[in-house]
Amino acid sequence: MAELIESQMGNLICQREENRVVLDCYGVHYQELNARVRDLAKLGYKTIELKNVNGQRYIGTGIASKDLKIRVFGTAGNDLSAFMDGPMVEVFGNAQDAVSNTMNSGKVIIYGDAGDVIGYGMRGGKLFIKGRAGYRVGIHMKAYGNQVPVVVVGGTVRDFLGEYMAGGILVVLGLEKEPGEKLVGNWVGTGMHGGIIYVREEPERHQLGKEVGITDKIEPKEMETLGAIVQEYCADFSVNFEELITSSFFKLFPVSTRPYKKLYVY
Amino acid sequence: MRMVQPDFKIVIDQERCRRCKRCVFNCGFGALEFRDRVVPKPENCAGCQRCVCFCPEQAISVELNPLAFRPNDNWAPWHIKAIYRQAEDGGILLTGMGNDKPYFNILDHLLLDACQVTNPSIDPLREPMELRTYLGSRPERLEFENNGKLRLKTSYPSLLKVEVPILFAPMSYGSISYNAFHALCLASKELETLMFTGEGGLPEELYPYGDHIIIQVASGRFGVSAEYLNVGVGTQIKIGQGAKPGIGGHLPGEKIPKHISETRMIPEGTDALSPAPHHDIYSIEDLRMLIYALKEATGYKPVCVKIAAVHNVASIAAGVLRAGADQIYLDGFRGGTGAAPFITRDHIGLPIEIAVAVVDQRLREEGIRHLGTIIAAGSVRCSADAVKLIALGADAVAIGTASLLAMGCHLCQKCHTGNCSWGIATQRPELVRRLDPEWASERLVNLVRGWAYEIKEVMGAMGINAIESLRGNRERLRGLGLDSETLKIIGVKPAGAAMG
Repeated sequence: MAELIESQMGNLICQREENRVVLDCYGVHYQELNARVRDLAKLGYKTIELKNVNGQRYIGTGIASKDLKIRVFGTAGNDLSAFMDGPMVEVFGNAQDAVSNTMNSGKVIIYGDAGDVIGYGMRGGKLFIKGRAGYRVGIHMKAYGNQVPVVVVGGTVRDFLGEYMAGGILVVLGLEKEPGEKLVGNWVGTGMHGGIIYVREEPERHQLGKEVGITDKIEPKEMETLGAIVQEYCADFSVNFEELITSSFFKLFPVSTRPYKKLYVY
Repeated sequence: MRMVQPDFKIVIDQERCRRCKRCVFNCGFGALEFRDRVVPKPENCAGCQRCVCFCPEQAISVELNPLAFRPNDNWAPWHIKAIYRQAEDGGILLTGMGNDKPYFNILDHLLLDACQVTNPSIDPLREPMELRTYLGSRPERLEFENNGKLRLKTSYPSLLKVEVPILFAPMSYGSISYNAFHALCLASKELETLMFTGEGGLPEELYPYGDHIIIQVASGRFGVSAEYLNVGVGTQIKIGQGAKPGIGGHLPGEKIPKHISETRMIPEGTDALSPAPHHDIYSIEDLRMLIYALKEATGYKPVCVKIAAVHNVASIAAGVLRAGADQIYLDGFRGGTGAAPFITRDHIGLPIEIAVAVVDQRLREEGIRHLGTIIAAGSVRCSADAVKLIALGADAVAIGTASLLAMGCHLCQKCHTGNCSWGIATQRPELVRRLDPEWASERLVNLVRGWAYEIKEVMGAMGINAIESLRGNRERLRGLGLDSETLKIIGVKPAGAAMG
C-alpha cells in the first residue's frame, strides 16, 4: 500500500504513520490536492494533515466519512467542506468564502477568521469560528429531522446574517470586537422563516429584517441547547464558559413560518 | 354579488347522462356535484377536460363562457378580469404553464430546405440516420502519439450520450407528482435519453434511474446531499427559468407532504423558498466557484448551467461556458412553469429561437463553441420546432410542456392550485394515484419516438444523415415574412435567397 500511495502522491511530499498522513501542499493545485485527500481517505487514513495550505479550494468538499479528520495548516480556500458529510475539519489559520456550503454533517473548526457566505444552505453539522466572519453568514440554513446545523462565530459578522434562514442555530458571540464595532451588520434575518439566531448584544431594530422578532426571554429548553453549543465552543477554543453563558443573550426568531403566504392571488 | 365570472360553462346533456358520477369523481377542482343529478359549479371549473374525457356517454361539454364585455380592442377580457381579481385580494396574480399571449413566433416563420435532383435526398427507411448526440465540453485540439500506431493523447472530458436529441426538461418533484416524475424516469431510460430533476431533489426509490438523470442544485439547495450529487450523470445549476426570469421558486407549505419533505430534506408543511439570486453567486467568478465545487464533489461529472433567455443572453452564455460549464441550458420566454406571476411569465425574456441563434453565433465568434453544448427549451411544440432550433445552433432540445401534454395535461394553466385532475401537477394522493406511471411513460416514449421519426424524415429530405450536420446549419433555413433586422440577428436568409 505504501508504494501505491507514494507513487500516487506526485509532487506532494508525505510523511505517514499508522492512520495519520501529512502532505505538503506548497504550490499544489487544488484539483491534485483534493484527489489525493480522497484517495487517502479511501485507503483508510483517519487523520490527514495538510501543511502549507495557501488558498487551495474545496478541501473536504463532497467527502462522506464519519471518522475522518482533516487538519489544515495555513489559509483554506473557498468552499472548504462544501457538501461534506461527516468528517471533522480543523483549520489552523483563516478560511476564505463559502465554508460548509450545503454541508450535511460533520464539524468544522476554524482557529482564525472566515470569509463571506459561510454555512450557505447548511443542513447539519457544526461550524465554529474563533474570529470574525464576513457578509451573508448562514443564508438559507435549514434543519431537517434530527439534523440541526449550528454556526458559532466568536467575533462579529457583517450584513445579511441568516437571510432566508429556514432552520438551525446561528450564534454570534462578539468576543473579539473593536470599540464601536457592531456585533452584526444590517438586514439581519431578511426572509427568515425558521431557525434561531442568538446574539450577545441587542441589535437596533433597523438592523433587522421585517420578518424577524427579538426577545431576551429564552426558554429553559432553548437555553439548555444554547448552553451545550457554547460549552462545546468554549472547550474547542479554551474560552471561559461560565463567564460567557451568564452574559446576556438575545434571541432573534422568525415572526412567521410563512412570510410570503399572502403575496399571491390564485 | 360576484365580480369575477367563471371562464367556462359546463353543459350536461341530462338525457344522455346515466348518473354514473364518474365526472364528479374525476374533477380535481370541485366543479361538479351530484344532487340527484350532476350539477355543475362552473366557478370552480379550470377547463381541464378531465370530465369530458371520462364521461362514458359523451354527455359533458365544457365551453368558453362568453362574457358580453363591450368589445374593446384595448381592454382585453383578461385585463378586465385580472383587475377584478386583484381589486379583491391585492396580490401578485399567479398562473401556471407557459406564456399564452399572441407574441409573434419566429419558428412559425422559418422554412426548412429539401433536396431535389442535383443533391438527392436520403431515404431514412433504407439508410442509417444518426440522431445520437453527445453532450458536453470538447477539447480545443486533439493531439496524437505516433509510435507506429496513432493513439489519441488528449484526455477527452466525459460526454453524455443520448440516442435522441430530445431531453426531458427540469420539472421538480413537488411541482409535479411522484407518478409523473416516475414516468419521466421510465421514459428517459427506455429512450436512452436524459431528464433533469429540477430543484426538488430525487426520491430515493428513483436512484436506480440515475444513469439517465441530471440532478439539479439551485439556490434553495433542496435535497442536495453528497449522495444525491453522485446519483446522476451530471449536475445542473439553475440560475433562471424561462417562464420567470429573475424571480425564484416558492413551493407553498401545503404542497410539502411527507415524501416531498423527505426528498427535499426540509420539514413537512414549511414553504420551500428558492430565491432568484443565489446568494453565493454575484459574478461569473462566483459561478465558476460553484461549478468546480460540484465537479470536485462528483469526480468531475459534467455541469450544466440553466439560464433564462434574456436580452443579454449571448454574453452571459459566453461567461457561463468560460466559467467551466459543460452544457448551457437556455430556457425561452414561452417556457412552462408550475407557478409564476402573470407579469413575469408574459412579459419577460426572449423567445428561445432568438436566444439559441445569438448564443451559438457569439460562441462561434469567440472561438469557444466547443466548450459546451447548447440545450434549447421553452415551448418546443413539435419536431419541426426541434429541427429549426438545432439548425439555429442548439445541440439538443428539452421538452417540458409537451411531455406533460403526453401524460394527459390539457393546458388549463392551474398547476399552481395543486388540484390537477390529471394527477400531474398535484400532491393530493387521490389525484396522484390516477396517473399510472407505466401508461404515462409509454405515451412519452411514443411521443419522442414519433418526433424522432419525423426528424429523420426531414433530415433525409435535406440530404443530411447525421443530426450533427444540421447543428447551426442556418443555410437550410429561410425566413418567410421576417424583417431584415431579425433575419440578420438570427443569421438566416430570406425565403427566395439562393444558397452560397
